[in-house]
Amino acid sequence: MTNLTDLTIAEARDGLRKKAFSARELTEAHVKAVEAARDLNAFITETPEKALAMAKVSDERLARGEGGLLEGVPIGIKDLFCTEGVLTTAASHILDGFVPPYESTVTANLWKAGAVMLGKLNMDEFAMGSSNTTSYYGPAKNPWRRPGDNRPLVPGGSSGGSAAAVAARIAMGATATDTGGSIRQPASFCGVVGIKPTYGRCSRWGIVAFASSLDQAGPITRTVRDAAIMLRVMAGHDPKDSTSVPRPVPDYEAALTGDIRGLKFGIPKEYRVDGMSSEIEKLWQQGVEWLRAAGAEPVEISLPHTKYALPTYYIIAPAEASSNLARYDGVRFGLRVPGNSLDEMYENTRGQGFGAEVRRRILIGTYVLSAGYYDAYYLKAQRVRTLIARDFTEAFRKCDVILTPTAPSAAFPIGEKADDPIAMYLNDVFTVTVNLAGLPGISVPAGLSADGLPLGLQLIGRAFDEETLFRVAGVLESAANFTAKPPAVGTGA
Amino acid sequence: MSLDKATVARIATLARIKLADGDLDRMTGELQSILNWVEQLNELDTAHVEPMTSAVEVVLPMREDVVTDGGYADKILANATDPVMEPEGGFFTVPKVVE
Amino acid sequence: MLIEGKTGNWEIVVGLEVHAQVISNAKLFSGAATAFGAPPNTQVSFVDAAFPGMLPVINRFCVEQAVKTGLGLNATINQVSVFDRKNYFYADLPAGYQISQYTRPIVSNGRITIDLPDGKTKEIGITRLHLEQDAGKSLHDQHPSKTYVDLNRSGIALMEIVSEPDIRSPEEAGAYLKKLRSILRYLGTCDGNMEEGSLRCDANVSVRRPGEPYGTRCEIKNVNSIRYVMQAIEYEARRQVEVIESGGTVEQETRLFDASRGITRSMRSKEHAHDYRYFPDPDLLPLVLDSKWIEEIRAQMPELPDAKKERFVRDYKLSPYDAGVLVAERESADFFEEVAKGRKDPKLAANWVIVELFGALNRLGLDITKSPVSAKQLAGLLDLIENNTISGRIAKDVFALMIETGKDAATIVEERGLKQVTDTGAIEAAIDKVMADNAAKVAEYRGGKQQLFGWFVGQVMKATGGKANPSMVNELLRKKLAG
Repeated sequence: MTNLTDLTIAEARDGLRKKAFSARELTEAHVKAVEAARDLNAFITETPEKALAMAKVSDERLARGEGGLLEGVPIGIKDLFCTEGVLTTAASHILDGFVPPYESTVTANLWKAGAVMLGKLNMDEFAMGSSNTTSYYGPAKNPWRRPGDNRPLVPGGSSGGSAAAVAARIAMGATATDTGGSIRQPASFCGVVGIKPTYGRCSRWGIVAFASSLDQAGPITRTVRDAAIMLRVMAGHDPKDSTSVPRPVPDYEAALTGDIRGLKFGIPKEYRVDGMSSEIEKLWQQGVEWLRAAGAEPVEISLPHTKYALPTYYIIAPAEASSNLARYDGVRFGLRVPGNSLDEMYENTRGQGFGAEVRRRILIGTYVLSAGYYDAYYLKAQRVRTLIARDFTEAFRKCDVILTPTAPSAAFPIGEKADDPIAMYLNDVFTVTVNLAGLPGISVPAGLSADGLPLGLQLIGRAFDEETLFRVAGVLESAANFTAKPPAVGTGA
Repeated sequence: MSLDKATVARIATLARIKLADGDLDRMTGELQSILNWVEQLNELDTAHVEPMTSAVEVVLPMREDVVTDGGYADKILANATDPVMEPEGGFFTVPKVVE
Repeated sequence: MLIEGKTGNWEIVVGLEVHAQVISNAKLFSGAATAFGAPPNTQVSFVDAAFPGMLPVINRFCVEQAVKTGLGLNATINQVSVFDRKNYFYADLPAGYQISQYTRPIVSNGRITIDLPDGKTKEIGITRLHLEQDAGKSLHDQHPSKTYVDLNRSGIALMEIVSEPDIRSPEEAGAYLKKLRSILRYLGTCDGNMEEGSLRCDANVSVRRPGEPYGTRCEIKNVNSIRYVMQAIEYEARRQVEVIESGGTVEQETRLFDASRGITRSMRSKEHAHDYRYFPDPDLLPLVLDSKWIEEIRAQMPELPDAKKERFVRDYKLSPYDAGVLVAERESADFFEEVAKGRKDPKLAANWVIVELFGALNRLGLDITKSPVSAKQLAGLLDLIENNTISGRIAKDVFALMIETGKDAATIVEERGLKQVTDTGAIEAAIDKVMADNAAKVAEYRGGKQQLFGWFVGQVMKATGGKANPSMVNELLRKKLAG
């Protein structure tokens, strides 16, 4: 019998229904795997008792023939989602001890569907980063290593812990969030699937806010089908979130027909960036061939404002973040560092509570919004954002999806690029446009780099057309047939 | 746009973040390079482009004027440092503000 | 009004910023309650306390109240408006920003007519009205080294109403606030209670030589009554004149009004640079109002004070002054109309309401809504006067008894036998007796001492137990004394 931890969510769902194993067994296997893989530092908080209690309830429901769409499936939750009664830190010192008295809408949806919580996953502090090296709780490690090289690699970020846990088979799926690429890029680095849905598809209520007009929750899983299953549960209108869109959630799994004949996929010429590694270029080309072989037609498209997307993002996101993070002030929750006056208390608490990258972004954000600079920076960036969104609207007249690489490289060693913020920002060059335009994007593991590390391909879709995205992703996944696994971590069940 | 230490110090005060002295130097340098990098947006003529107001195309939803929330002071104060609980409700406390 | 300075005349220029708490059940962006006086932090939702991940959802009724107010201020309702974040740090502002409206408010370009003491009117422009969140309350006096924070008020809807700098004197400022408050209360959008803080006023004051450009202005905060606003403006304008005339320049700053000393003073705390870094709130989309909804709101507007006053003057033939007094509060106007409707003499009704009823209510410290005499009852009293059952003088006594006992006028008149004597014969008989008993005085009167007439009237009234119809007494007495 396959290790229970090797199953996909779809397989687990079937196994549970057929009573090949119980929810308790499935969860126990994962709880053990989590323990054994502590070296990865994928989890900030483990919740084994809660998991077993939830599994017990799942078994009872399944026995009554009542199970939900994710009944008994053990998953990890990025520590950006507020989980009632469970420490939630956003990987920051400033949220020390914060136990939310409420549950985020997305995780509430998951528990209602019967999912089981293994714990809270590591991430870059306040979701700011592309490497999971800015966490107060230490970096998470990519379960992949370069053969013959001992150095731990970054799992990507900000949802590093989520991608690492899923790749290491210590969770069957994980929730994550994506503001500039934080689902797709770590998925690519860890050889798993990650989808950022259309802005407004999932509720942001109860998710620690980073950049309100860009943040979106989404699943990280090992297969496209699993992502479709999870997204269906996570998504949906929430009246508590004014930016949540009242559209019904389709059965995304039903979109996985495998048939993309006649579909047009765009190849944006501006994504061929200077200095792009030849293996990424080759993989991209390979992706084109796979889709063409399945009956789809490649179309050259232009997204002329692509090169301005990163600087646009690095004005808008920090600006919104500087305001969203003003509430972390030591008054009502989290860390308080004393001061002789109110302002001193604020300055000490925030100076010590926030890590360097967060402080950097808050300062940039404060600067670009400040008097005299608002027009030149923030307003300008919002105009450029309109241009970027228009690029996509134009492009989608000529094609139904867009194919690009997900990241400009494979995972790199922890510590590399640490001194140069901009070098770190460039990790998001292929993903950031999608957040700016509010569109859905998915990363599918497509191949291995020369040094044996996963490389992903990204598909970008029209707003609220996740179905087409899943359909094409499914075809890509079959064609790529990415069966490589990271070296076993600890022992599975 | 050129950034000097005094400006960074002023921004840090606006943001209520205390920067240690060594930090101020480094931060000024880092912020300066980021700002230099984002300058490239000026290559674009956006005079006739509307700023993006939202990533979604819906109008602002409104809710009914009904009391549906509040009434749980204990939960509101549960995570606070140094709250003062009263027979009913309670207060957050902060270092005294002199007005 | 001009201030006479040492070097000439100065004109006062005032703009008023009023924050009016919106009457609603729940807060502007959260579902917590708004009622005044609840135990601390018991009317606070996680949204109001700015917990991680919380998001605002706007209350439709608060928007309606703002639209209604805008219409009542003769202003333009902007169909598209935007919510902006105003970023600053303070203990009673949990999110570190206030959701407000900066560049595109919901209402602009209004005007109201104010009534000046000399009977003239003046139009004051209203630049804008926007919606924003109220902050919580900081209590600095509960502990020696700590400030206590109560967030019950945090998130309640406020309308910020900004006037044009059209106000030229403390009196005009007072009149503006009175009229604005009256309109808000008529509309039911704000209860205008300055003591409880549901109406707050900041005054922007500057001085200039007549005809010259505007001078530097100072903002005066913390004035919680109309009287104090007027005092503060008076003091501040004179202060500024003194500064300028002694060679200094007025510094633009925020000052506090110290009511106990009647002065304004500079705020002691270090003024942080006011860089609010306004930007559109990304958690909220632009507010779009459809014209149909605006028209529905307009159709449901009540008659406002100015229109009602005009109607009272026109239909009830009241003096503008009397009409003005009656319409100051909607409840008074409604009370008066109930009394006056269908009467032959509405002026009598106005007189009784303004002089007798309001006088009594003032003495008793009661609001008209708690009047011990109902409009119907007062109308009943007036009926008895108009049909000559009792005299106006006796009516006052009856009124006092109505207040005391709660009984109807007719009942009291019956019970106490207060019916007026209108029988000519009886009055003549009383007059004859008084004249007969006071022959000497009659002679004096006929001899030229006309002022004794009043004395004779008094004697006749005494003889009839006060019940003789006074005008009949006058007429008959004059005839008889003439000889």
